[in-house]
Amino acid sequence: MSDGMERRRKHPTRRHVILGGCAVAVAGLGIGANSAWSANRKPVLVAAAANLRPVMPALLAAMGEAGVGPVRISFGASGNLARQIAQGAPFEVFMSADRARVSFVAEHRRIEAQAVYARGRLAWVSAAGLGADRETADLAALVAATGDGRVAIGNPEHAPYGIAARAALQSANVWSAIEPRLVFAENVAQAAQFALTGNAAAAITSLSLARTPELRARLASVTIAEALHPPIEQEIALLAGASDAARAVYAFIVSPAAARIFAEAGYAVPSPAKPAKPTKPSKS
Amino acid sequence: MPVDATLTSLWLAGLTALILVPFGVWAGRALATAQFAGKGFVETLVLLPLILPPTVLGYYLLVAFAPANPVGQAINTVFGGSLAFSFEGILIASLIANVPFAVQPIQRSFEAIPDTVREAAWVSGLNGWQTLWRIELPLAWPGIVTAAALVMAHTLGEFGVILMVGGNIPGETQTLSIAIYDRLQAFKTAEAGLISAVLLVASLAALAIVQTTAATGRTPRPRP
Repeated sequence: MSDGMERRRKHPTRRHVILGGCAVAVAGLGIGANSAWSANRKPVLVAAAANLRPVMPALLAAMGEAGVGPVRISFGASGNLARQIAQGAPFEVFMSADRARVSFVAEHRRIEAQAVYARGRLAWVSAAGLGADRETADLAALVAATGDGRVAIGNPEHAPYGIAARAALQSANVWSAIEPRLVFAENVAQAAQFALTGNAAAAITSLSLARTPELRARLASVTIAEALHPPIEQEIALLAGASDAARAVYAFIVSPAAARIFAEAGYAVPSPAKPAKPTKPSKS
Repeated sequence: MPVDATLTSLWLAGLTALILVPFGVWAGRALATAQFAGKGFVETLVLLPLILPPTVLGYYLLVAFAPANPVGQAINTVFGGSLAFSFEGILIASLIANVPFAVQPIQRSFEAIPDTVREAAWVSGLNGWQTLWRIELPLAWPGIVTAAALVMAHTLGEFGVILMVGGNIPGETQTLSIAIYDRLQAFKTAEAGLISAVLLVASLAALAIVQTTAATGRTPRPRP
């Protein structure tokens, strides 16, 4: 037994060598990351609704010019992001796709400021010719043009644009006619994808998505009149304890300069950006 | 409690296992016993659904189902309609996604049967079918049960592929795992928890079947 003990002490086992190597590697990585960290400013962590993906490059470029940032963005479904933030995820700014998710966060974490930064617009997209790019309230004609094909919308149970799409179809009195032919996508991007692959004859997606080069190249689009549905108010929240850099990001997103970028990307812009309001948890 | 989603999931899991297990016996036995050119390639192909992210598999299926391309048109004529957003569509997706879970355990259990056992059966006057039915299948049985349980449990929990090709239609393509995701997205946490509990119990039952069958079905292996 003592013989074995001795042998073990004399000869470092392979496991020791591997462990030692790992420790050195981890230490090295730590030092490397640390120096990279201090060389730059610490980026502001922003949680952003997935529908903001197409507009974000322009926003980031403008932020860079204005000396705001740097920013690190996590895209996701607003509901998932809200849940993560409520559980203490280290985001400082939350750009939601609606107001209900911000209310949910406010129930769990203190919010320093909040405002509606953009209103989402719905677009009807289809591979079939829709005529000139225009705004319309005549959903009946669009529905009729799909024949007996499927129509994709965001899930009306939870996706903000899906809720608005259902409301629009209902106020145009075509909901019951189209309901058996509807398929529910997880979000507007998947709804658009169903139309892009040709499995759905048409989809109701966000105007911001319909304006991306990828969709424009293959799908025609028509903007749906905003009067047909409750406004899709996208709210931003600055979480309590945010850094000065995060405050600057928040201030930029609600600024007129950002509003111009949002308008160009297919959002309606709140006039003027609403100041902070006390949040009342509201059921949507 | 979404009865529709539960039934859809159970149908999907049952049918997938019912179709895949016989296929697994055929393919697993062929891979275990036969030597042929390109065997390594076929084995890799069998494992591919494990490696591909489910969303990728789902996306490719969606593209394949599209009526605009030749494959989609062929499917349309055979099935009399598009497979996207239909139960048949998610069944095909689930069949492809589960091939490794059906073939792998069965292949391994056939590999564990020494050639000498088969030869002894032939010498004793059993023909090929009798050898399969009376000697090989009983010996490979634990692997076959494992495959069936794995396929069913995995299908019950399948999410990504169904999300991609299903279109979330209640009573048609909305499965339990999709229903759970929907409830969570809608902040109906209690409902999501309830459905998750149902899913958990079903999966535990499937795994319990594996454990008990593997324990009771263990047969002494003849040495070559």
